[in-house]
Amino acid sequence: MTEAIADVAHDHRPPAGIMRWLTTTNHKDLGILYMSFGGLMFFIGGAFIMAVRAELLLPGLQLLSPGMYNQLFTLHALIMVFGAIMPFATGLNNYLIPLMIGAPDMALPRVNNWGFWILPFAAILLLIPFFLQFSGTGSGATGLGWMMHNTSLDLQSGIGIDFAIFTIHLLGISSLTGAINVVVTVLNMRAPGMTLMKMPLFVWAWLITAFMLILVIPVFSAAATMLLTDRHFGTHFFDAANGGDPILLQHLIWFFGHPEVYIVLLPAWGLIPHILATFSRKPVFGYRAQVYALWAICFLSFIVWSHHMLTSGLPLAAEVYFMYSTMAISVPTSVLVFCWLGAIWRGAMTFETPMLFALGFVAHFGMGALTGMILPDVAVNAQYHNSYVIVSHFHYTFFGGGIFGMMAAVYYWLPKFTGHMFDEKLGRLHFWLTTIFFNMTFIPQWFAGLDGMPRHIADFALRFSTMNLVSSVGAFLLGLSQLLMVYIVVKCVRGGPKATGQVWEGAQGLEFTLPSPPPRHTFETPPEVK
Amino acid sequence: MKLTGAAIHDESAIQKWLIRLFGCNKRHGAGSIRETRPVKKQLPLWFGIVFFLLVFEPACAKSIWDFQEPVTPVARDSITASVDFLRIIMGIYAVVFAVFAYSIFKHRKNSGAQPGTFTGPRTRWQWALAISPFLLLIYIDYIWMGIPAFHAISRMEDTRTASEMVVKVTASQWKWQYEYPEEGIRFVSTIATTQDQIHNKAAKGEHYLQEVDNPLILPTNKKVRILLTSTDVIHSWWVPSFGVKRDAVPGYLREMWVNIEKPGTYRGQCAQLCGDGHAFMPIVVEAVAEPQFREWVAQKKAEGSAASAAAGKVWSREELMAKGDEIYNRVCITCHQAGGKGLPGTFPALAGSKLVNGPFLDKDGRLIKDGHLDRVMNGKPGTAMQAFKDTLSDAEIAAIVTYERNSFGNHMGDMVQPSQVKALR
Repeated sequence: MTEAIADVAHDHRPPAGIMRWLTTTNHKDLGILYMSFGGLMFFIGGAFIMAVRAELLLPGLQLLSPGMYNQLFTLHALIMVFGAIMPFATGLNNYLIPLMIGAPDMALPRVNNWGFWILPFAAILLLIPFFLQFSGTGSGATGLGWMMHNTSLDLQSGIGIDFAIFTIHLLGISSLTGAINVVVTVLNMRAPGMTLMKMPLFVWAWLITAFMLILVIPVFSAAATMLLTDRHFGTHFFDAANGGDPILLQHLIWFFGHPEVYIVLLPAWGLIPHILATFSRKPVFGYRAQVYALWAICFLSFIVWSHHMLTSGLPLAAEVYFMYSTMAISVPTSVLVFCWLGAIWRGAMTFETPMLFALGFVAHFGMGALTGMILPDVAVNAQYHNSYVIVSHFHYTFFGGGIFGMMAAVYYWLPKFTGHMFDEKLGRLHFWLTTIFFNMTFIPQWFAGLDGMPRHIADFALRFSTMNLVSSVGAFLLGLSQLLMVYIVVKCVRGGPKATGQVWEGAQGLEFTLPSPPPRHTFETPPEVK
Repeated sequence: MKLTGAAIHDESAIQKWLIRLFGCNKRHGAGSIRETRPVKKQLPLWFGIVFFLLVFEPACAKSIWDFQEPVTPVARDSITASVDFLRIIMGIYAVVFAVFAYSIFKHRKNSGAQPGTFTGPRTRWQWALAISPFLLLIYIDYIWMGIPAFHAISRMEDTRTASEMVVKVTASQWKWQYEYPEEGIRFVSTIATTQDQIHNKAAKGEHYLQEVDNPLILPTNKKVRILLTSTDVIHSWWVPSFGVKRDAVPGYLREMWVNIEKPGTYRGQCAQLCGDGHAFMPIVVEAVAEPQFREWVAQKKAEGSAASAAAGKVWSREELMAKGDEIYNRVCITCHQAGGKGLPGTFPALAGSKLVNGPFLDKDGRLIKDGHLDRVMNGKPGTAMQAFKDTLSDAEIAAIVTYERNSFGNHMGDMVQPSQVKALR
């Protein structure tokens, strides 16, 4: 124990400099690395989409060529999903799971290090062709949408797609190492007395996420490999001209892609109940129901993938099946929403920044989930599919759900990570700015979509002008207000009022029994859980 | 854009809806949720506003919640389902978040609230309360909306029963080819908006990006079966007013149907990301009454025979250049750009190109492989350069090749005659 305490003093000035971060196997260091990487990517992906929204401010092509436009929104999506949200959620699990279950570290610390250090190279690989095009080499990064499922277009496009394929392979390895680590840690290293059904929901959510990753990442990597061999080694899996099936790639990619949606969302669903419970000063509501609901969603996510392809010409029976199976997801999802409602009902609430973000999460994700109830209706889907309705819908789930959840987590655990309280006033300002401009960005997109605006277009007809103008202005302001978060976080890392071990009055859980910031090595002697 | 004929916009229908949703036909507002009454004074007003925006507003005649005017049975099915379903989810949202808002206002620490304690459901009543939301959801998903959806899909997918006419749509980057197999008519439809408008050098017209040179002409009140395929990548044919969107997949035939009930011009565009020209692939359909349609068919057939006659005649250089200029600006310019400059790295330049400035026929009058004419007629597999012999006439191919060899600083001085192209097909 004396060693651990001695280490506290060194926590912010590690003697080894950069080597500490390159060689670290400490779950807290790696958590911080993952989260910083996710944060950085969030701003790079955000910058890309600012250029896209600038192009869409007015009808006509002003700033970007259509090819450049395609690259920017594709990179935005890939970076946000695989570079920002997923690594950030992995960072949270790295930092928090050992603290929450009373383990000294992750089970496989070296694998953990490897998993992280793959990521920056994957990101660089993805972006290389984008920058190469400015020196006249190649035709730029992949511009085929994040799911790259227009097969023949994949086959005919330039080196960008090859780089993207290898990026997918690297990301896959990284995600698999992270997922295996979570499963092994959670199943083997819980403190005595912590049965599975006593684990914090965040740990449950991540355990399920990890299983989903292990099941679907190989499919995605296989699909990418098949595409690679089609492009360069003369196979014809997807090439219609030689008897292949272009739709097969869509099936493979969405078999990964739909669980991927929940891989992005589950960590947020796991941490929201903690935050709601803390600031309502009540225990987590409906713990058992939420665990079962998470498992149910996990199962359902594997059997609904073709609702992403309802216009691709599936047979009638398949359309009916995928419609009804997709609608079933609304049941376990509503269990979660009702449990969140139960969490604050008759509580004694206060509204610190994390609570605001958690409530914002519920309100926005609720909108995304409810609109998701309509989308599988095949009759309506013919109109909604590939229109801006979809763009609006999945940003309500990914941003309104995923990002709001991550931001709630940032503010909730930041004092625990840094030992300082952040500037509460600025935090609340950040919440309100984000909420207002988020809605200003994505509500108009819904109506543009209803009016018939397709996705992925660099230029639009005049009837969509108003909605795009509002949406673009909203997006700029939304982007700008995120800079405020950087300021708040940096300020909090540098100093501020000291945070107590428990940080928040109502906070519960093993991580809040430790001092803030926690020493480098924690729970070397496992705590006893009643 | 009124939803004529749809009962959902009647005043009484709205009331019926409220009765179905909340079991009361009083003024809408927070009053419908019993618990919210005793809260702070301004709350009912807030809920009233939210409620109006979310639930009542979509019920008003033409609102931003509607699709474009529906003119086929399928489109009416889809707009009815959409509006109904939107109203249901808005109702759910309003109810659930009214409870949320109530809790947020009422259960605050600084107004002295004490945290309550909860147990799982014990009594029969508690179980009923816990399960009812899910039963309601299942009812909405599988019965209320699910059964009409099933019928709507069955109708939508039934392309063959009583279909009276077939149109084949072949997509390619970035144009649509329409074919009437029974009439023997075939033509290509490309965007008519000029590059100047797109690059903000000219004022934008009313139908900016949603206008084409040759619209698809369809008769009204006739079940038209549409077959879809693609020559290169996946595209998607979408006209919002028809309520249909279907992917055109290379190597496969997909089908759908329309029965347009009202004459008019309907506009849509490609809805599947298909490369750089994705935004510039509009669809315009002109629906006309049957007699006018017959007239158009007769006229089109006459034009067809005139075109084959044109292929037989000898064209002058000026004629070829003029026609080539027109076609270049319609067909080739999206990739090869104004002045034949191309897009470095993506689309090759034609100005000074080795291929354009090289020979195209060998001494026996056969196509030179990968020569200029071969490239235009047969395309380059695996790239966006497609085989134009499928979509352009003999005269058009002859004109475009002649034009490219003698423009943008290329001075080959030779020309191609439509009869040569015809012989080489």
